[in-house]
Amino acid sequence: MSNLYELTAHELADKLAKKEVSSAEICENQFKRIDEVEGDVEGYITVLHDEAMAKAKEIDTKRAAGERLSPLAGIPIAVKDNICTKDIKTTCASHMLYNFVPPYNATVSEKISDLVIIGKTNMDEFAMGSSTENSYFKKTKNPYNLGCVPGGSSGGSAAVVSADEAIIALGSDTGGSIRQPASFCGVVGFKPTYGRVSRFGLVAFASSLDQIGPFTKDVEDCALLLNQITGHDVKDSTSLNVPDEDFTQYLNADIKGMKIGIPKEYMGEGISEEVRNAVLSAAKLYESMGAEVEQCSLPMTPYALAAYYMISSAEASSNLARYDGIRFGFRAKDCKDLEDVYFKTRSEGFGKEVKRRIMLGTFVLSSGYYDAYYKKAQQVRTLIREDFGKAFEKYDLLLAPTAPDTAWKFGEKSADPVQMYAADICTVSLNIAGLPGMSFPFALDKNGLPIGVQLIGKAMHDGDIIRAGYALEKNSAYTKTKPQLGGAN
Amino acid sequence: MKYETVIGLEIHAELATNTKIYCSCANEFGGEENTRCCPVCIGLPGVLPVLNKKVVEYCIKAGLAMNCEISHFSKQDRKNYFYPDLPKAYQISQFDLPICKNGYVPIETKNGTKNIGLTRIHIEEDAGKLMHAEFGDYSRVDYNRGGVPLIEIVSEPDMSSPEEALAFLESVRAILKCVGVSDCKMQEGSLRCDINLSIRPEGQKEFGIRSEHKNVNSFSAAYRAMQYEEKRQKAVLDAGGVIEQETRRWDDVKGVSTIMRTKEEAQDYRYFPEPDLMPVIISDEWVEEIRKTLPELPKEKFARYTGELGLSDYDAGLLSGNTGLANLFDSSIENGAGAKESANWILGDISKELNERNMEADDIPFDGAALAELIALIGKGTISGTIAKKVLPVMFEENKKPSVIVEEKGLVQITDEGAIKKIVEEVIAANPQAVSDFKVGKKQAMGFLTGQIMRASKGKANPAAVNKLLSEILPTL
Repeated sequence: MSNLYELTAHELADKLAKKEVSSAEICENQFKRIDEVEGDVEGYITVLHDEAMAKAKEIDTKRAAGERLSPLAGIPIAVKDNICTKDIKTTCASHMLYNFVPPYNATVSEKISDLVIIGKTNMDEFAMGSSTENSYFKKTKNPYNLGCVPGGSSGGSAAVVSADEAIIALGSDTGGSIRQPASFCGVVGFKPTYGRVSRFGLVAFASSLDQIGPFTKDVEDCALLLNQITGHDVKDSTSLNVPDEDFTQYLNADIKGMKIGIPKEYMGEGISEEVRNAVLSAAKLYESMGAEVEQCSLPMTPYALAAYYMISSAEASSNLARYDGIRFGFRAKDCKDLEDVYFKTRSEGFGKEVKRRIMLGTFVLSSGYYDAYYKKAQQVRTLIREDFGKAFEKYDLLLAPTAPDTAWKFGEKSADPVQMYAADICTVSLNIAGLPGMSFPFALDKNGLPIGVQLIGKAMHDGDIIRAGYALEKNSAYTKTKPQLGGAN
Repeated sequence: MKYETVIGLEIHAELATNTKIYCSCANEFGGEENTRCCPVCIGLPGVLPVLNKKVVEYCIKAGLAMNCEISHFSKQDRKNYFYPDLPKAYQISQFDLPICKNGYVPIETKNGTKNIGLTRIHIEEDAGKLMHAEFGDYSRVDYNRGGVPLIEIVSEPDMSSPEEALAFLESVRAILKCVGVSDCKMQEGSLRCDINLSIRPEGQKEFGIRSEHKNVNSFSAAYRAMQYEEKRQKAVLDAGGVIEQETRRWDDVKGVSTIMRTKEEAQDYRYFPEPDLMPVIISDEWVEEIRKTLPELPKEKFARYTGELGLSDYDAGLLSGNTGLANLFDSSIENGAGAKESANWILGDISKELNERNMEADDIPFDGAALAELIALIGKGTISGTIAKKVLPVMFEENKKPSVIVEEKGLVQITDEGAIKKIVEEVIAANPQAVSDFKVGKKQAMGFLTGQIMRASKGKANPAAVNKLLSEILPTL
């Protein structure tokens, strides 16, 4: 038998149901893998060996007693370190929260309560970044090339699923933070429609854009994890009050007659040849399956990036104001008065990128500048929504690159924030419009780095994306190449 | 030069909802420090606010009682500033789309009724409380008050004297208490006001530069602060100076205000729409439903008291302006007591008891039925008015009906002539000097003897019967 950690969640769930294997065995095998490769990958901030083994045994006992369990009960899952886990350190990869232990669970943490959380994953500090280089603690490596970044901000979650250090994982996506690292690390990453997954307990970066979503090895696992985490939550006023949906009903490769648009603004300058070709070959594949594919236009796209950075930074400047050294987390030493506590704590506790965005956000909200920046950005937001609205009158789905290029080398873009921001060009518009999107691993570039293609759906039509992703998975000639790590493969 | 004063007020009132505005913590005053709070109201990472619908209902109720338009579409905004008592470093408030706008509150002035305009009423959350150590260089924060719901009532600059401003404050308090949205306990900080005051040469159209006083927490302090500020600004202008736009702090003990911050130091609150909350949508149906629950307002009470009940303007004003007293009064007359007797008791002895006991009308432990019974006991001659005044304090102490108190303490009036005659004879026998005085025409001797008899009967002898007997017996001696 191959190692259990190489399997998908649905394969393991079958084995668990058939009592061929126990959750404790799965977890033990999972930790063996972590021992082997975590030194190279560094995807975790916290590994929860003892807690996880105890939990696995508890689920095994419940299963043996015939208790009702969720379909993914007993499966190991990794959770991004900005999702609150009761009594488990939740740091947001920031010095500011290096010691923060939440006394409550995020709603999603409750929803996965019979899965086994094996660790909290690394990320860009407060989810600000596209390479996970902004973590206070460590640099997570891309499992396909340890000299390259895993993408970000959910780089840890993407890398641990890619490296078989977790079966599935949760991340958060504010401007591409699930889809882009999924693309870089060759896994499936899904950002649900805004409001489908409760944000309660997700440490806020930009409230109107943040959304939690799954990282998985295949589309079926993605559907199963979506089933587990979606649903209305009275604790989140922005949560959509819609009936629960079974996403596995969309695991059906029949996409005949589906109308797919490829927005030309996503295929132009700045998009690498290899990425563009991957999207075009995905388009061909869809056509061969009976879909209608044509080029379309989202003319407001060039304004999306600027609007995104203004709105997200404005909200962040306010959301991150509570980290003041008074009640929890880091407090600077040797402060002479209150102002000094604020000044030193926030100067020392936040990293460079976080401070840059707080300053940018504070500026765009300032009296005298509000209309020119924040208000204008909100107007652009409306236009971008209308753009998508028009496109979706004609198309069921849009197909685009997830990122302009494949994973870059450490340090390559960290010196130039604007260049780093530009890497988000293909992902931010969905957050601005609240739409669902998936990155699906579709090819490798000439250097053996994964290329993801992005599927964009109408709001609340997350299921259409699952169906189209599943169709790609079933019909693609590309058989996923696993990263070479630790000599185990 | 002659000046006229322009005053606008912002009143913050804590709402008397069961729970806080954005979480399910109890909304109660006091309690051990930091025990009435949760991750939401202390703003821990990741938590989200959920608006308490009752807060919107109470704001609408206040707005209707103060003649406001109710917005169909309203939203909440973040007001950003750093202070340790503000755990999220922003207060959720309302910026440009408040729930209520364009209202007015009538006040009585020497020139008759004047309507003071209201710009708006909006909802927001209260902050915690800082406690500075008396010794040592630290401060502590109590977040129990954090997230308590507030409404902010913003007036137009329609008041032209501290007296008018005080009348406005009192009217607003009476209305809020009457409709039951706030208990308006100033000593618990549930009502506070900011004062904006400017003066201008009489006849000038443009406003003068205004100063602001923040968080004044008693009406008398507000009144004194306004009088002081009026004088201060006049003195500055008369000396050829210029009024600066500034925020001042009133020291009620010293009776002076000092500068807190100048215009240059004014904060930029960087208001923006609260992304964690959805817009507040208010339907006409809901507004009408709430309108139906509005009780009789102070102004309407006043009209009824002076009209059909025939009370004086003064008595009617005192009663209608104090919901607790008005409720006691209404319930007393509903239970059969006369309006005048009820008003006299409430504004006389009962108010005196409240003062002595340092209590609010809301805290009166007995109801109108008990007061009506007390008044009826006098009417029926069961007790005298003097005895009734002794029963009243017991009613404050013990939760018993007046008839029970009278019974238990043996206070029933002695009306039996035989029994009274016996006491009269005893007192006459014991006071021969007074009897001689009476005989030589000293009429006050009669009063002295009456007093002695009442004393001997422990106040229970029927005074009319005592008088009658004395007048009969004395001349025969």
